Amino acid sequence: MPATNELTPAQRDDLRTVAAMIIPASEEYKVPGADDPAIQSDMLATLGRDTAMVAQALDHLARLAGKPLAALDTAKRDAVAKEFRAGGGAAAQTLVRVVLQCYYRDDRVLRSLGLELRAPFPKGYTLAEGDWSLLDPVKARPATLRRAP
Amino acid sequence: MNTHDPVDVLIIGAGASGAAVAWSLADTKMHILCLDQGGWMNQAEYPSTGRDWEAKFYGEWSTSPNVRGRPEDYPINDDNSPIKVVNFNAVGGSTVMYTAHWPRLHPSDFKVRTLDGVADDWPIDYDALTPFFEENDRMMGVSGLSDDPRSPLTHPPMPPQPLGLSGPLIGKAMNKLGWHWWPSDTTVATTDYEGRARCINLGHCTPACAQGAKASTDITYWPHAIRAGVELKTHCRVREILTNEHGMASGVVYYDKDGVEQFQPAEVVIIACNGVGTPRLLLNSVSGRFPNGLANSSGLVGKNLMFHPYAQVYGFVKEPTDSNRAPPTCLWSKEFYETDLSRGFVRGYGIQFGRGAGPVFEAVASEQKGILPWGADHHRVFRKLNGHRLGVSAICEDLPEEHNRVTLDPVLKDGHGIPAPKIDYTISENSRKMMEHGLARGREILEAAGATDICTNNPIPWGGWHLLGTARMGTDPARSVVNEWGRAHDVKNLFIVDGSVFVTSGGVNPTSTIQAVALYIADQIKQRLANLFD
Repeated sequence: MPATNELTPAQRDDLRTVAAMIIPASEEYKVPGADDPAIQSDMLATLGRDTAMVAQALDHLARLAGKPLAALDTAKRDAVAKEFRAGGGAAAQTLVRVVLQCYYRDDRVLRSLGLELRAPFPKGYTLAEGDWSLLDPVKARPATLRRAP
Repeated sequence: MNTHDPVDVLIIGAGASGAAVAWSLADTKMHILCLDQGGWMNQAEYPSTGRDWEAKFYGEWSTSPNVRGRPEDYPINDDNSPIKVVNFNAVGGSTVMYTAHWPRLHPSDFKVRTLDGVADDWPIDYDALTPFFEENDRMMGVSGLSDDPRSPLTHPPMPPQPLGLSGPLIGKAMNKLGWHWWPSDTTVATTDYEGRARCINLGHCTPACAQGAKASTDITYWPHAIRAGVELKTHCRVREILTNEHGMASGVVYYDKDGVEQFQPAEVVIIACNGVGTPRLLLNSVSGRFPNGLANSSGLVGKNLMFHPYAQVYGFVKEPTDSNRAPPTCLWSKEFYETDLSRGFVRGYGIQFGRGAGPVFEAVASEQKGILPWGADHHRVFRKLNGHRLGVSAICEDLPEEHNRVTLDPVLKDGHGIPAPKIDYTISENSRKMMEHGLARGREILEAAGATDICTNNPIPWGGWHLLGTARMGTDPARSVVNEWGRAHDVKNLFIVDGSVFVTSGGVNPTSTIQAVALYIADQIKQRLANLFD
């Protein structure tokens, strides 16, 4: 029996299936899908305060599907996903957000996007100075600050 | 209940205004004590120190106290408001968690009744605050470019932030339209300044700066105030202000870090809890003499809440933008700041421009808007969106309306059992028209920049940063809560120094003006020490 702060095995299966529907693997971009084992492990390990909402979303998904999501044919699964996305409310949004936030911090995904695999601090980033002459037309106009009596 | 030795001045709240007042009053050598419900923050634990920095914004570093739910936070029932309250509770208050955008109210903002026939004039004018704006800019450490032709004259001690990649895209678009734009004054240090290291573009100023480049009062005012002798006690949540038989404030009851009830007597009490916390405290301070809450003979405590509804437009350009690799805001426009009745509304709005967003934020926001699909095309679309966002936000002047208010929730309580605030707020017809105007102009700006996939947030729902007007300043005790120098009309040793004293809101971020007002009130107190209670 899973602890109340964990997902059931059936919920985990559906999470994996719906995650792959949101973000499938891509040969073209050389990235895993969101059902990748490492990304799934990250999701489960960091669910924390989102566990209840994600479980609620997965229960809703299970009701819509009537059986494990993976057991549905593609057309039926897409129809369920469409209904889930349209009517799932805050719980569905939380589930999708959990999938996205774990996917877009995976090393392979960030590398594919050309992003550095590090925290912003302490190195930071360099910001181009930009072309300050763009401000010349604004400086050339007369001051128009409205005066108060 | 433990009773402590009395202090001369007790300040409630160690945020933007409380810190400024504490520092200013320190030179009187009075015994000054500040109580804050939060604690000192640790920069080493700020989000940008970790790989999961973006995910934290949705949980423990959410801008919403209801989502964040730290023990230092108190819940807020804002179900009956399209704009949700966001704040932060710690030493430094919401300056720990803000964008550091640093405009001031304009001179015209203090005279809206005279100029435009709406709301009320402030009992003070811009000129009264000028020296305190300047003093505050030095203390907070401001970067920017002087001589903006459409803003009050400022003298930032540091140069402006670089334009980066996003700034020129916006500047070119604004020049094409012939509209005003200017580099923002910000409290982001662009050079080393007073012990603060310069900005290294960690990219998300709002949820705290691990570099310490962004000014928050825990690293600006407080070290100076404490060195000057001010005492600051953390994790002390004030429940109520007590009064004596003369109708004067006698001190406060608070819960200490162990949850033990304490009484702190004081000669002067200063409230610095901002536009929701301040009326909450006053309304919780009920007695036989003040049955409707303290300082509330006017019935206006909690009323006239002003938020600044934000109308946001964003889109995606072909060129790369700064994404999360720069402070989020760098430019403003005052093109539509002043009243032009041909637009269909009175008063106006400032514009602040957004440089972009990080990948997780982009994915979550775009999926919710329906522009980032599920399935095989997700990757192609995400690469088109990520790192290409430009944002335009109209920050609309919210006029005071008594039905927009803070009251006490009959059920909801904080961790100490103190009744929580309840917000009832609607966006006025005037504000709606202003927001629509802002959206249309924002769309024009983005289109001039070549953006596509344009989306809107109208209002930004989690945009209740600016909490103003709920204990307004005025000369008439029937129409205001505090007088023209911040003293409660009803209680002669009680002062309010935060955003709740604002009479009107202007169309800009208010923290600079909140602190200038706080310094002005502190200066008034110092000038009147000999007859403060007359």
